[in-house]
Amino acid sequence: MSASTIIFYILATLVVVFGALTVFSRKIFRAAISLLLSLTFIAGIYFLWNVDFIGALQIIIYVGGIVVLIIFSIFLTHHSGQSLPKAKTGKKLLSGIMAVAGLGFTTWVVSQYVFKPAPGVVPVEPSVHNIGIQMLSYSDYGYVFPFEVINILLLAALVGAIVIAIKKSQDTEE
Amino acid sequence: MEQVPLSHILILSSTLFFLGVYGFFSRRNLITMLMSVELILNSVNINFIAFNKYLFPHQLEGIFFTMFIIVVAAAEVSISIAIIINLYRRFKTIDIEDTTTMKY
Amino acid sequence: MNSYDLSALLIVILPILSFTVLGLFGNRFSNRTSGLIGCASLVTTAILALYVAAGYFFDFGLVNGEHVKHIALQFQWLKFTDSLSIDLGIVLDPISVMMLLVITIVSSMVHIYSLGYMKGEDYFERYYAYLSLFSFSMLGLVVAVNIFQMYIFWELVGVSSFLLIGFYFTKPSAIAAAKKAFIVTRFADLGFLIGILMLSYNTKSLDFFTIIDRLTQVGSPYLANFTATSFMGMSALSWALLLVFMGGAGKSAMFPLHIWLPDAMEGPTPVSALIHAATMVVAGVFLVARLFPVFAISAPDALLIIAYIGAFTALFAAVIACTQTDIKRVLAYSTISQIAYMMFALGVAGWGEGKMEGFTASMFHLFTHAFFKALLFLGAGAVIHAVHTNEMEGMGGLRKSLPITHFTFLIACLAIAGVPPFAGFFSKEAILSSALQTQPLIFYVGLFTSGLTAFYMFRLYFRIFWYNPVPEHSHNHETHTWAMNIPLIILGVGAAFAGLIPFGSFVSADGKALELPFHLTFSIAPVAVGLIGIGIAYLLYGKKNEIPDKIASAVSGFYQAAYHKFYIDEIYLFITKKVLFNLVGRPAAWFDRTVVNGLFINGSAETAVATSNAIKPMQSGRLQSYTMFFLGGVLLLAALLIIKFM
Repeated sequence: MSASTIIFYILATLVVVFGALTVFSRKIFRAAISLLLSLTFIAGIYFLWNVDFIGALQIIIYVGGIVVLIIFSIFLTHHSGQSLPKAKTGKKLLSGIMAVAGLGFTTWVVSQYVFKPAPGVVPVEPSVHNIGIQMLSYSDYGYVFPFEVINILLLAALVGAIVIAIKKSQDTEE
Repeated sequence: MEQVPLSHILILSSTLFFLGVYGFFSRRNLITMLMSVELILNSVNINFIAFNKYLFPHQLEGIFFTMFIIVVAAAEVSISIAIIINLYRRFKTIDIEDTTTMKY
Repeated sequence: MNSYDLSALLIVILPILSFTVLGLFGNRFSNRTSGLIGCASLVTTAILALYVAAGYFFDFGLVNGEHVKHIALQFQWLKFTDSLSIDLGIVLDPISVMMLLVITIVSSMVHIYSLGYMKGEDYFERYYAYLSLFSFSMLGLVVAVNIFQMYIFWELVGVSSFLLIGFYFTKPSAIAAAKKAFIVTRFADLGFLIGILMLSYNTKSLDFFTIIDRLTQVGSPYLANFTATSFMGMSALSWALLLVFMGGAGKSAMFPLHIWLPDAMEGPTPVSALIHAATMVVAGVFLVARLFPVFAISAPDALLIIAYIGAFTALFAAVIACTQTDIKRVLAYSTISQIAYMMFALGVAGWGEGKMEGFTASMFHLFTHAFFKALLFLGAGAVIHAVHTNEMEGMGGLRKSLPITHFTFLIACLAIAGVPPFAGFFSKEAILSSALQTQPLIFYVGLFTSGLTAFYMFRLYFRIFWYNPVPEHSHNHETHTWAMNIPLIILGVGAAFAGLIPFGSFVSADGKALELPFHLTFSIAPVAVGLIGIGIAYLLYGKKNEIPDKIASAVSGFYQAAYHKFYIDEIYLFITKKVLFNLVGRPAAWFDRTVVNGLFINGSAETAVATSNAIKPMQSGRLQSYTMFFLGGVLLLAALLIIKFM
């Protein structure tokens, strides 16, 4: 068992533990921090796999952007120190059953299936250079069109978020 | 080099996925539900990267999809937060059980 | 297409054009404009009809001294099989051309008359639209080439009659009368339709002339098949023809389907003149005349039944007419009686040399009757217009205030009473003489009825214009009603002189000219009977006196029965309300209400409501339960697919 394997299992355990804390914690702020840690360890797994660019994206966008945004919104909508209300037992039970059944089913399927790697191929280095070339390529397997589409999506999300969240004057009167 | 079997990675990602599912179902707070969704998306990302690395190392498709998912997740979160803030302004709460006016 | 055919087409087209214009845009025109549009179109058709008639009788219709049929227009409208199709077209033959003349002339007179009579009424333009619709339907009916075309127009006539009877739709009695007329005639038309189906099934054709050909030729296989089956002593053909006659009896108000006609007098009086006296009600006579060769050659038994029904109705209606006090009702019963005259004239006629006189006589009477009965109704309308009541009580001594009406009414009464040389004399003579030749019993009934006719008509005349002394300071009511006076005068001329036309040389069953016999000795009896009737009427009603009441109380039972129209309406009501309603209507209504409405309609609605209420909580508005359903579904589907295809 090599060091990288051991590191992977450690990272995987951490990811699952902090993921579970995110879901089970009664303090919303702790949940947010656990999410942050869980996402960071996922980035660690990416680094372990040598997909540095994705690991970097994970840190920058998830950890640096999304989780910070979530923490901001927690500040905006919560009084500090409040613990979350308990979920109903029936609902907990139901969602637990569902999640466990789904997990069991998926695990069973995964254990049944034999994955075959594509034979005799030359691996491509997932470097920023290669990714950048293919991302902006016009030729076959080029991703320039999805790239543009995702641009427009981001723009729309930007405008949409402002429009939705903006404080309308009549709202205060209501 | 000895590698971690792919099935273990898949079990990791599905564990993360169903943790997210459980959180989505059992939490009453919209923000924590949003966090659960982030977990779900990340589990999918792990899958994409793992498949790309283990099964089709000559391509970059998994990486691209992961990137797009990250971007879409960012957009999704920004919109969700906007909605949550708007909801909070109207109902003075972001508890999902108290905001059930969209029915019938 | 020569100019005659074009004119014939225009005769039919113009009224529907004016109906469309008035019906669609009538409310944009002033009353005066819409009235003038209606009048113009009908006067034009009358002129065209005169032109066509002149052409037909003297020019193109006359081939080797015989009047042959001439198809002015025919096109296939609805094709069922190669041999069976519904055609629309225009046929010109003696009776249809004669009917064209009658309809267009009377209709245009009524249109003009209505300008004065309906002045200031609400829905004036609608009235004219209906009149035009009626004229169109009636014209389409008489020129029909196809028995189904005739049926279509037959129903259209019924609809326009319904609309016009119910024209004063705010009056409950008018609505009731309209419904009654419609339902009774519809019921009769059911027979007509069955008759049509039987005829067309057995002759494989709907074309009038094909049917006539196939059912009259000796040795025709169609005829042999048709007469092979018999029911209750009469052949299937006779039954089919009797069913067709049932339709005719409904329209022509033969006993026992006559009950709607007196009530139809609820409509405006000019309408009564046009529809319920001169034109529509003779459609039944026309129908029998159209199929006359079939009746006469192949089913004389059916014709005999028609003759007896006609004779009975003539007498029956005349008796009732003697007792009625509403002047329009008197005229209505008189109409029934006179149409019955035409019917039995057809009934006593036969096919072959010397037997066809009845046909011509019937058509002749139809022709003259149209003039004097329309005139009577229009005169009655003028009287009602002046005194604002239908009842005889409010009348009497009107001869000074309505001089023109008085004079023309007198002419019409003389004509209908059969006094020479007025129109009715000639046609009635012909009918009676043809009856005497074949069915003496009917002749005596007819003769007696003729006397009754003279009596009740002059009863009416004396009651309106004499009876009471002329009130002092009476002034002329007619000075500014020129629109009503002109038609009266024109029709008066017609009523006076129409009988002088040598009708037999124009209209006969086989197209050959027929000399209507005229025997001075024969004429003595009818004229004498008529004069006796007039004399009795004068004695009883010339001046106000006690005798009529005494006579009425002397035969009180009979008088009451006749006054109440022999309780036919009550019998109908008993049958419909008590028997049909209780035995059929109520269970059907119960079934409709509880099973159809309750179980199927409300039941399905209630099931839908209950189901939706039951599943409504599923739409809880809870995001998490939605996603739970979603994920559960996805997992289930995935499991199914994976297990199935793994």
